[in-house]
Amino acid sequence: MPPNPPDKIRCPIKSDLDIVTCRQKGREMAVQMGFPYSDGALIATAISELARNIVNYAVSGEVDITPVEVAGRTGIQVIARDHGPGIRNIDLAMQDGYSTSGGLGLGLPGVRRLMDTFEITSNGAKGTTVTAIKWKR
Amino acid sequence: MAPSKRRQANVRFNPEATAAVLPELVALLRQNRTELREEWARRITEAQLLTAMTKEEIFAEATSIYDNYVDVLETGAVEALQAYARNLSERIIPRGVETNEVVGIVLLLRDVLARSLFKKYQSDFALLNRVLDAYEPAANRIAVTVSVGFVQERERIIREQQEAIRELSTPVLPVRERLLILPIIGVIDPQRARQLTEQLLRGIRSNRAKVVVIDITGVPTIDSTVANHLVQTVESARLLGATVIVTGLSPEIAQTLVTIGVDLGKMNTVGDLRGGIEEAERLLGYKVAALAEAVQ
Amino acid sequence: MLVPILKQGQYLIASVQAALTDADLLKLRDALTEQVGTYRSRGVIVDVTSLDVMDSFASRTLSDLANMIKLRGAETVIVGIQPEVAFSMVQLGLKLEDVATALDLEEGLEFLNRKTARVAHAPKPPR
Repeated sequence: MPPNPPDKIRCPIKSDLDIVTCRQKGREMAVQMGFPYSDGALIATAISELARNIVNYAVSGEVDITPVEVAGRTGIQVIARDHGPGIRNIDLAMQDGYSTSGGLGLGLPGVRRLMDTFEITSNGAKGTTVTAIKWKR
Repeated sequence: MAPSKRRQANVRFNPEATAAVLPELVALLRQNRTELREEWARRITEAQLLTAMTKEEIFAEATSIYDNYVDVLETGAVEALQAYARNLSERIIPRGVETNEVVGIVLLLRDVLARSLFKKYQSDFALLNRVLDAYEPAANRIAVTVSVGFVQERERIIREQQEAIRELSTPVLPVRERLLILPIIGVIDPQRARQLTEQLLRGIRSNRAKVVVIDITGVPTIDSTVANHLVQTVESARLLGATVIVTGLSPEIAQTLVTIGVDLGKMNTVGDLRGGIEEAERLLGYKVAALAEAVQ
Repeated sequence: MLVPILKQGQYLIASVQAALTDADLLKLRDALTEQVGTYRSRGVIVDVTSLDVMDSFASRTLSDLANMIKLRGAETVIVGIQPEVAFSMVQLGLKLEDVATALDLEEGLEFLNRKTARVAHAPKPPR
């Protein structure tokens, strides 16, 4: 971990304006932590899609962006939480065809491809949480 | 295990007592630096560790490890130790030093210093206990930090080497103006596919390529996963305005892929590399002629 | 944030800056569609060199843009997609299928020239 890792960031997500702000903050953190430029772009895109899902499928939510370190590797962790109703059918949402119909849909398999780890849990009507980490190469 | 647990419990109950002896034992270790360091170096040679290094190198490293060791005993400053461990590892890994050697020498140093403490305080058992209460957790923390630091550094270097190998194995070749060739040899796994795509896109941009020929004759297995990677590479290239021709994909394999549901889409496939290059030139030549006409 | 639209001969050129909101993208789409009609433009170049993230909304809006402009008789070409952006788009499954793309402004102009030259000159058969 660099001597002064950046602080964790919490982005409240209510409207599409929050999407841009959030992904820029993610981008900045990637730069601060010395990620290669291309990886910063991937992280920002993943954040954008996750935040957009919150806007599209829930009343509100938040995206937490945190520097992490495990076994000597540093990374950025993104946790996207919505406050319901969220994604009803996770299995369906994780199918590739479901998300790639002309750019509509949830883009979740895509987010999984962009990031290094990916976990999604549903809390029923209370919402959904997606956790993903990108490691620094 | 039980006796040391009891001693560790003492550490928690008597922090002042422990803190009081720490400066004294640190001073002792500094005072006897020369002989303890020599003892340690002797035991390293006896155990046949660090055989890749010369006596002078071992001595130099031993000196700095010893001093760092005692400093950290005194200050408990783990971050400084981690930084030192990484630095040390960076130096000795290229010399061929293995994990068991690093762990071995750190434990030997721990033992050498512990023995010297036994020797000094053997007449006062209660004091010896307090001294060991102070020494053991600190010494163990040092051993773990240095060993883990070494292993992590090794893993980092291995990752870097793998990345470099992948990069070397997928050269993007500018063959003619606006034409790139990417011959792929060997297995395409997800990391390689991703790296291939990145290199290709950068190559398209810096060479301002309009046509790319990707030759997969040298790829041993072409299953749906590999095919999907290829499709993605082709699609990304298209977003940068380049046309991709894939060569080395036999009609039979192409048919099989389509049958199992892989969408080869608008992928332009030609049997062999020579044919692909001809097709590419045709595309480029055609474009040049059409522009000349438009200008008239 | 308003995207500046330049008129260059028969073409309109819009240079997208980073950090466009959804509303900005929709305004751009509508502005370009309208101006194509006003100026009877033959082609539109959307330069996304400065765009650091292309997500599903942006990609769909650009697709819509190209279709709407086509209905007005003009061609659209998107130029300047950055390598990382292209990579992410494809991972997300955003294909921009019916939209022409080119490497940069120069290539984009060449593309439009080729596309629109068919009407101006009778094509000679390629030798």
